[in-house]
Amino acid sequence: MTKDQTIGEALRARGVSRRGFLKFCAATASLMALPPAMVPKIAAALEKARRPSVIWLSFQECTGCTESLTRSHSPTIEDLIFNSISLDYHHTLQAASGTAAEEDRKTAMKENYGKYLLVVDGSIPVGNPGFSTIAGVSNMDMLLETAAGAAAIIAVGTCAAFGGIPYADPNPTKARSVTAFLKEYGNRLPNTFTVDETGQTDPVDVTNKPVINVSGCPPIPVVISGVLAHFLTFGKLPELDSLGRPMAFYGKSIHDRCYRRPFYDKGLFANSFDDEGAKKGWCLYKLGCKGPTTYNACATTKWNEGTSFPIQSGHPCLGCSEPDFWDGGGFYKALSTPTGDITRTAVYAIGAGAAAGVALGALNRSKRAHMRKTHSKVGIDDLEKGDKS
Amino acid sequence: MLPHIDDACHSVPGSAATGNVIPLLHEVRHALQALLEQGAETVIDLRAIPLGPGEEERIAETLGRGEVQVSMSALGPSELIETRYPGVWMSLHRNQEGEVIGRYIEICLVPSLVRSQEADIRYGLQELDSRLQE
Amino acid sequence: MTPAELLMWVRGPALQFATVVFVVGVAVRILEILLLGRKPDLAEARGSEVIGGLRTIISRSIPDRGTLQRSSFNVVAGYIFHAGFFLALFFFAPHILLLHDVFGVYWPSLPTQFIDALTVVSIITLLAVLFHRITHKVMRFLSRPSDYVAWLLTILPLITGYLAFHRVGLAPPLLMALHIGSVELLMIVFPFTKLMHAFTLFLGRYYNGAIAGRRGVNA
Repeated sequence: MTKDQTIGEALRARGVSRRGFLKFCAATASLMALPPAMVPKIAAALEKARRPSVIWLSFQECTGCTESLTRSHSPTIEDLIFNSISLDYHHTLQAASGTAAEEDRKTAMKENYGKYLLVVDGSIPVGNPGFSTIAGVSNMDMLLETAAGAAAIIAVGTCAAFGGIPYADPNPTKARSVTAFLKEYGNRLPNTFTVDETGQTDPVDVTNKPVINVSGCPPIPVVISGVLAHFLTFGKLPELDSLGRPMAFYGKSIHDRCYRRPFYDKGLFANSFDDEGAKKGWCLYKLGCKGPTTYNACATTKWNEGTSFPIQSGHPCLGCSEPDFWDGGGFYKALSTPTGDITRTAVYAIGAGAAAGVALGALNRSKRAHMRKTHSKVGIDDLEKGDKS
Repeated sequence: MLPHIDDACHSVPGSAATGNVIPLLHEVRHALQALLEQGAETVIDLRAIPLGPGEEERIAETLGRGEVQVSMSALGPSELIETRYPGVWMSLHRNQEGEVIGRYIEICLVPSLVRSQEADIRYGLQELDSRLQE
Repeated sequence: MTPAELLMWVRGPALQFATVVFVVGVAVRILEILLLGRKPDLAEARGSEVIGGLRTIISRSIPDRGTLQRSSFNVVAGYIFHAGFFLALFFFAPHILLLHDVFGVYWPSLPTQFIDALTVVSIITLLAVLFHRITHKVMRFLSRPSDYVAWLLTILPLITGYLAFHRVGLAPPLLMALHIGSVELLMIVFPFTKLMHAFTLFLGRYYNGAIAGRRGVNA
């Protein structure tokens, strides 16, 4: 596939009939949670769209997001989408390595300056640039350098979107999400900056680069490809929520779409794993389900091509698409319970209260005894004292 | 072949339902009336509707199978059947690896993908021409 | 602070602080009352103090005819919203989980729709109570700022709880945080206002009953 072909031409060249192309467009519309009536518009847009260059940078991550998206032994619709883009750089998937790979990246950046999509997975450690490096370049520098000419950044996975597991207490590497990193360091010069690299002579302030957060640990594969498909079709990013996530997939909470909701409403809960309630498929709120405060498409789109999702398989939702879900008070602690040890606090408080009460009581008694001895009378002022409360 | 959901879906017992089955069938009914009276076609994307385990089978069972079954091979296998209610079609699309990429209920005379496409006809005409010239 | 962080804060340090203030405050006030004690009754006892005291704790819950006739609104509305508040607090499943976590005890919950309806009834009743307090000459005369504060702190958990359950208006984590926060506010202010009646009513009723019981009469 040459870079100048449109997607329509590229598919035709691969022997895909127009019928096949329309089937692909229908699947893409479904992916992007768009109504079937949009299919002709998507077909028209994709036919004319040029394949954008995509650079994928993997930082402090576990590679789960890449695994989620690309099942290496069974390509899916995601594969088709990847064939519609020019994935110019990806550590796990590319064959090249070392200097050759880095040269590929720099060439792609230069040739597509201002137009390429930058996909980031993993968080960025700022505690010490040496904590995570690629080809000797720190994550901080690589992101600053590559973000300069990007049209937009897609932060894939909760690590890139919100910090994820490296960000969890105590955050030893001082990991940052893409957005947090850009806000703090976006106007700095990467250490790798050389004047003639991208044709720029001044450092580019990337603080306000558009970032779309595709959170989840990992994100549902169709969500990743849905965002890419949206960008391919419409040339811009979809509508985002207050945390920068696409509304189409993160607009509703798990709780609002969960098929076990009728049990929550009726007050029928599983009390432990594998008890009667659990076997009957009752609500998992008591087992710590974070469904009420988690926004993702798991309850409708589900996983493994619509097979199931954690709650359906009997495990409470972890809230993995939300910020700080690792520090959310415990996976198996219900949302309505305290995070600390309140019982101990209450016991200490009773002790302290008893001591204070006894002390004050003794004080009151001695005051009363004194008043009796001196035959003090209760006056109108004493009576009105209580009245002012 | 259609509609077949893997047993993994049945692993969770319980009568939990989203209650979306009846409203969906009503939507189909209204679309069918619109087709009859105005010739308006409707496509319902089943992936966009939250359905509990077993609910999709209920829908498929209710709609049943009619006289026509179309098996298509374009970017992977697809099956489109007319249900026992003429004008109501159910389609299941898979990619080349056999994974499901789309499930629809179409209320129309014939699903659009079954019809031959103009670009393909043009291409085929060219091919036939060169074949006849040999 | 994001809604999620706020929720973590109200479930964590804020709850610790509120618990300390509430427990210490209630303990101090009850002990002060108990330690001041009553004037010793030097006459010979004609009946049992304890039985009289305990009986009165229960018998005072039934309004006497005079009170019922004169202040029927106060009595009826009071019963309704107190019942609603307690049932919602102690028989709603997520609350039972919280109490189980703190006290280790567990009991069955009531159906959620029932609690939901009860909450609405309680909120409406509380609004009626406020209206009555403002419009009734005597009530208005007797009312102090702390009475209105206590009213506000009582209705806020009900309203925020209702909104949090139905997830309307704001993001669910924020609604949850506001609900828990409103309860903590109630806990902190509780020992300094007439809300202490929740505990002192038992002391008051017992004393009345004990005094009368010792004399051999019913209170």
